[in-house]
Amino acid sequence: MTQRLLLVTFADEHGLLRAVRHLRAEGRPILDVRAPYPVHGLPEAQGLASSRLPWVTLWGGLAGLTVGLLLQAWTSAVDWPLNVGGKPLFSWPAFVPVAFELVVLFAGLATVAAFLLVDRRRAPAPPSLDGLRATDDRFLLALGAEDATYDAANLERSMRDRFGALGAEEVFVEDAS
Amino acid sequence: MTDHAHEPPWIRPGTTLRQVTDDVCGRLEGRPGRLWWGGFLLSLGMLGIGLVSIGYLFLTGIGVWGLNRTVGWAFDITNFVFWVGIGHAGTLISAILLLFRQRWRTSINRSAEAMTIIAVMCAGIFPLIHMGRPWFAYWVFPYPNTRGSLWVNFRSPLLWDVFAIGTYFTISAVFWFVGMIPDLATLRDRAKTGVRKAVYRALALGWTGSTRSWHRHETVCLLLAGLATPLVLSVHSVVSFDFATSVLPGWHATIFPPYFVAGAVFSGFGMVLTLMLVARKVMALEAYITKRHVDVMCKVLLAMGCIVALAYATELYMAWYSGNPYEQFAFRNRLFGPMGWAYGVMVLCNVLVPQALWSRRLRGNLLVVFGISLLVNVGMWFERFVIIAGSLMRDFLPSSWADYAPTLAEIGTLIGSFGLFFTLFLLFCRFVPAIAMSEVKATIAHEAHEAAPADGSPPPNAADRPGARAAEDALAGGAR
Repeated sequence: MTQRLLLVTFADEHGLLRAVRHLRAEGRPILDVRAPYPVHGLPEAQGLASSRLPWVTLWGGLAGLTVGLLLQAWTSAVDWPLNVGGKPLFSWPAFVPVAFELVVLFAGLATVAAFLLVDRRRAPAPPSLDGLRATDDRFLLALGAEDATYDAANLERSMRDRFGALGAEEVFVEDAS
Repeated sequence: MTDHAHEPPWIRPGTTLRQVTDDVCGRLEGRPGRLWWGGFLLSLGMLGIGLVSIGYLFLTGIGVWGLNRTVGWAFDITNFVFWVGIGHAGTLISAILLLFRQRWRTSINRSAEAMTIIAVMCAGIFPLIHMGRPWFAYWVFPYPNTRGSLWVNFRSPLLWDVFAIGTYFTISAVFWFVGMIPDLATLRDRAKTGVRKAVYRALALGWTGSTRSWHRHETVCLLLAGLATPLVLSVHSVVSFDFATSVLPGWHATIFPPYFVAGAVFSGFGMVLTLMLVARKVMALEAYITKRHVDVMCKVLLAMGCIVALAYATELYMAWYSGNPYEQFAFRNRLFGPMGWAYGVMVLCNVLVPQALWSRRLRGNLLVVFGISLLVNVGMWFERFVIIAGSLMRDFLPSSWADYAPTLAEIGTLIGSFGLFFTLFLLFCRFVPAIAMSEVKATIAHEAHEAAPADGSPPPNAADRPGARAAEDALAGGAR
């Protein structure tokens, strides 16, 4: 399916931020915003929910702790109990460093894996927008151009005059989904 | 801290976003200069010396080193602790300074992190090759095996090291790569030729710069920084346990974990300064690694140097206060024994020389700073050598006392590790954006934002007026 959208380009974050706030107050659907660096305040302006990745970190860390303690307890006290210097077989204080390292290892790898998996589900705007300098020095705003109230000329003028957009153009893209 | 407005900005004002991209990517797209090739060939030569030394060791046996029954650890473990320590400054800059929101780190964090990863690789070589039968190195991992299963001893600090260093390397590498994804996408979007484009496309993992992605990316970086901060403290603490849990006077000290961590950050900052001063000249990055960056790093170096000095003093005081004759002998021997000269070098380089950095004028003289940073590296290497070999040479029984001198094979291996370090670092400078472009761009935006009220121009939310917008455009790259 081909999707029509209006692509507005900005040269700096201020106009973009105000445009996003304005459009959201108007209720116009914002498909995607792309920027060369994380713009402060933009996630809030777009109304994005905060990330649930910290939970992955927590569960990853707990998994690491469990694996670390069970591995050490089982190998040292159950599978082949060895008397080392008369210490108790389950000498848990000696198991703290390895358990800690495994907490960090599991939590870190789980977080990054979750990030990459979640982020692979493409951003809403399709990949053909790559190469429009959004990874360089331009800020792109992709608006849905298919609802009844959409008026390209009006919207473009408002973006240019009120928010200092460099330009706006309608593009047709193959739907990524 | 209150006078932000009067301090010069971290990035030269008027630097546009485009310029950052061009400055950083341009260096990767052209051909390397003569200076780079010269350095690379020299490093490769040093690496070759190391490979020959290690080959000789593997073919002949551990006897090619100067070790004996009393001094079982000397050059090898000194180099291991030295290189692990070097890495710590990179994590401090990338993780701890991120949590403290120190914006000056953005220019140097990418290369400091690369330094960490490469230094840990260099460190990893030494425990491996000193095993005697390095082809059985995988025995350090707890895996079900046909020997029983005979498990590793989880009560041994040497095994803790395996986990600490392994985790440290993995998390540092992952953190470094995740931080680099947006910059790799910039390179992908600029690349013209097929191979280059294909490689950077694969590495960039489909990064688009969407707000959602940035939002998650920032969250992940903060989480990794939060994990890396206790991790880096644990790594050198665990390294210090290798010594502190033994009964040897001079090793058996409860102060060792913080003492080693402070020393590690100190030596790491010495190396960061050395590398940054070279990199800004060779790669012409003066606009990003400014004199103010050097000034701040010098202050960190001085602060860490003072902590290290305090640790030395505490050690001496505790030796006296303990009333333990073995402890007292160990330290008298350290100061005045056969390795006394090395202790002198250590105090000179680590305690006395950095005091010059109290002077603002000397901190501004890059040649002086470069010299001091080199001396700190030397001093910190000697600190580990004094602790490790010096303590072993004179233990409880005079009948087992022995001396130690390194052989050519050991010196060759040390040279080789420096060769590996600089070879990999120069390759990093060639193929990876050495400056975190997206972070520098965010810093530019932040500084433009902070500078606005001081200039008397309206705050961003009142920026509709044409004049203000023109100024903003000029700042943020709209003029191009």
